[in-house]
Amino acid sequence: MKVALFVTCLVDQFYAEAGVAAVRLLRSLGCTVEFPPGQTCCGQPAYNAGYWNEARQMADHTLEVFEHADYVVLPSGSCTTMVRAFYPELYRDNPRAFARASGLSGKTYELAEFIVKVLGITRLGQGLAGQRVAYHHGCHALRELGIKDEPVALLRNAGAEIVDWPAATECCGFGGLFSVKLPEVSLGMADRKLSTLPEIDVLTSADGGCLLHLSGRVHSRGLPFPVRPLASVLWEAAQKPAVGSGA
Amino acid sequence: MEVKSNDYPRESARVIREEPHVRESVTGATLNFDSRRRAAYAEVDAEGWRHFAEGVKNHVLMNLDHYLEQAAAALERGGIRVHWAEDAEDAQRIVAALVREKGVRRAVKAKTMISEELGINPLLESLGVNVLETDLGEYIIQLLEQPPSHIVGPAIHLNLEQIRRLFHERFGTPLDAAPDTLAAAARKLLRQGFLEADLGVSGANFVVAETGTLVLIENEGNIRLSTSAPRLHVALVGIEKLLPRFSDLSVFLTLTARAATGQRLGTYVSLIQGPRRPDETDGPEEVHVVFVDNGRSSVLADLEAWETLRCVRCAACLNACPVYRQTGGHAYGYVYSGPIGAVLSPGLVGLENTKPLPYASSLCGACFQACPVRIPIPKLLLTWRHRAVEEGLTPRFEKAALKGYALAMTQPWAYRLASKALRLLPEKALDNTVVPVLKAWVEGRAGLKPSPRSFRELWESGEV
Repeated sequence: MKVALFVTCLVDQFYAEAGVAAVRLLRSLGCTVEFPPGQTCCGQPAYNAGYWNEARQMADHTLEVFEHADYVVLPSGSCTTMVRAFYPELYRDNPRAFARASGLSGKTYELAEFIVKVLGITRLGQGLAGQRVAYHHGCHALRELGIKDEPVALLRNAGAEIVDWPAATECCGFGGLFSVKLPEVSLGMADRKLSTLPEIDVLTSADGGCLLHLSGRVHSRGLPFPVRPLASVLWEAAQKPAVGSGA
Repeated sequence: MEVKSNDYPRESARVIREEPHVRESVTGATLNFDSRRRAAYAEVDAEGWRHFAEGVKNHVLMNLDHYLEQAAAALERGGIRVHWAEDAEDAQRIVAALVREKGVRRAVKAKTMISEELGINPLLESLGVNVLETDLGEYIIQLLEQPPSHIVGPAIHLNLEQIRRLFHERFGTPLDAAPDTLAAAARKLLRQGFLEADLGVSGANFVVAETGTLVLIENEGNIRLSTSAPRLHVALVGIEKLLPRFSDLSVFLTLTARAATGQRLGTYVSLIQGPRRPDETDGPEEVHVVFVDNGRSSVLADLEAWETLRCVRCAACLNACPVYRQTGGHAYGYVYSGPIGAVLSPGLVGLENTKPLPYASSLCGACFQACPVRIPIPKLLLTWRHRAVEEGLTPRFEKAALKGYALAMTQPWAYRLASKALRLLPEKALDNTVVPVLKAWVEGRAGLKPSPRSFRELWESGEV
């Protein structure tokens, strides 16, 4: 299966290792991975801030870069949502572009979702055996796209104990420009979310923005656990083949 | 009510910094409401009911002229006097005329948000009327001279200790009084108020157009007393509050109660169809309904914002909102707070007066999932943000930054250059507090640094 990786700007700049992990993971599952060199940012920051003309310019660009791919896979829930749900919104007054955006929308997937739904794989390996993992559901993937069980299943099937976290689906307070427009509110939300965590070995999420925000907060407060991108954790999961599996 | 929403950024930060007990009280109460709402939704086909309620409300709004006429005729057939108020001044004039004409000296108020919107309490006081709020939460904030901080639980921002202290000072109850004791103290005073009042002011949850029925949902019994004990009852009703058929109540009564408090039904549901009849012993001599527009018809005419008018004021979106939870309602600077306030207020009082409100959200979408009438709040927030940009209401530097950003992101060479530049910055360059945006980020979030080499570099060097 041929996959075009849309690495997303935050992963490209701040979590390059997650991009690498995503590529290795997809290859290990039999995919051929391409990296279209023209790719930049999906335009979500502009869209969410109300700058729809600017967002449309970035959407135009991204459409050109990716529309010929068989599948587009992103190691980011909110950027997937931007392409899949909001690009068509941006073109609702332009039927031609709307059709193109809908075409791209139909073949765009978040990494864990792609592995489970398209590749039909729910077991990556046993590399997370014994780890207590907290999974932060990014809001867009969860509520706009309904991605909830896929990442959790992949983690759990790799031996992780997904801890019972009352606020797992609550917003972490990132929200793009929200995090710097209303920093006190944003940090208050992070603190509330983090305060409900039980003891864990790692906190992971599929969203670069949430990860930067949460890890920054965890760092500031000196909390004793790493905050890691889902792609990296899933790649770790695949490192130790499951006993009796052919992989 | 005065609109202070443009202070939201400063005010929200201040509440978080200086009044930590507000966040504690509001978080506790809203989480409780929200989990009860989820449980109450889970008992029924909530999705089906939400779609039904959305459809009924859409139908009413699309045919509002017809239903308003039908409702007015039906109300009048029942002996209720109907008035029309185009704005707050109109409504105040109508209420003032009634007060003078009927010689009103004392008024009791059932909890009503629209009366806050219309400034009815200050009006009554200016006319020399003694005003008593009879919802316990409303009464508490009346004593403190504060506006409500939540649509359903107006005193949600206060904790038990604060209320104990207040009641100790006012009524001499012990400082460690049980909540029941506090309620009993208030009850005694409120009872007397009901008996002495000559005017009862209420809102309405719904008005059924078919039958001319005012519908009021509550838990304390104060609304029933306020609307039946005094000789005069005035109900202030937003024009969007109509339901076409009596049978629609079968869903709306229980859906609203489930959404608001997780109850299957409010403890009291009052259906009012007129003043006291000659053969009846209870009830007011006169009932007046004031249908209030006050900006609603312009919202209705707004093709991108009209859906806000489906709102039934249950506050489920406030309870589900992690942003609201941080500050409670006062920071929003207008009567309607939280997610619904952020999309309704710009429509009612103007975006230029409520600029920060559409940004008072991380767009997490929890509000939409909670809303019993499926108001697409996140989409509406984005719409108002887009309008702020179009109308030039956003800061100039932000506009310039976003334009530059879009330019760089549509030119792969510019993106590469920026990526390189990011890595040439000195160690800890991003950890500075000189650039305002970075300052807002790094104060409270440590250790922002780019990967040593970008993914693109790794890919292009063949290392992936």
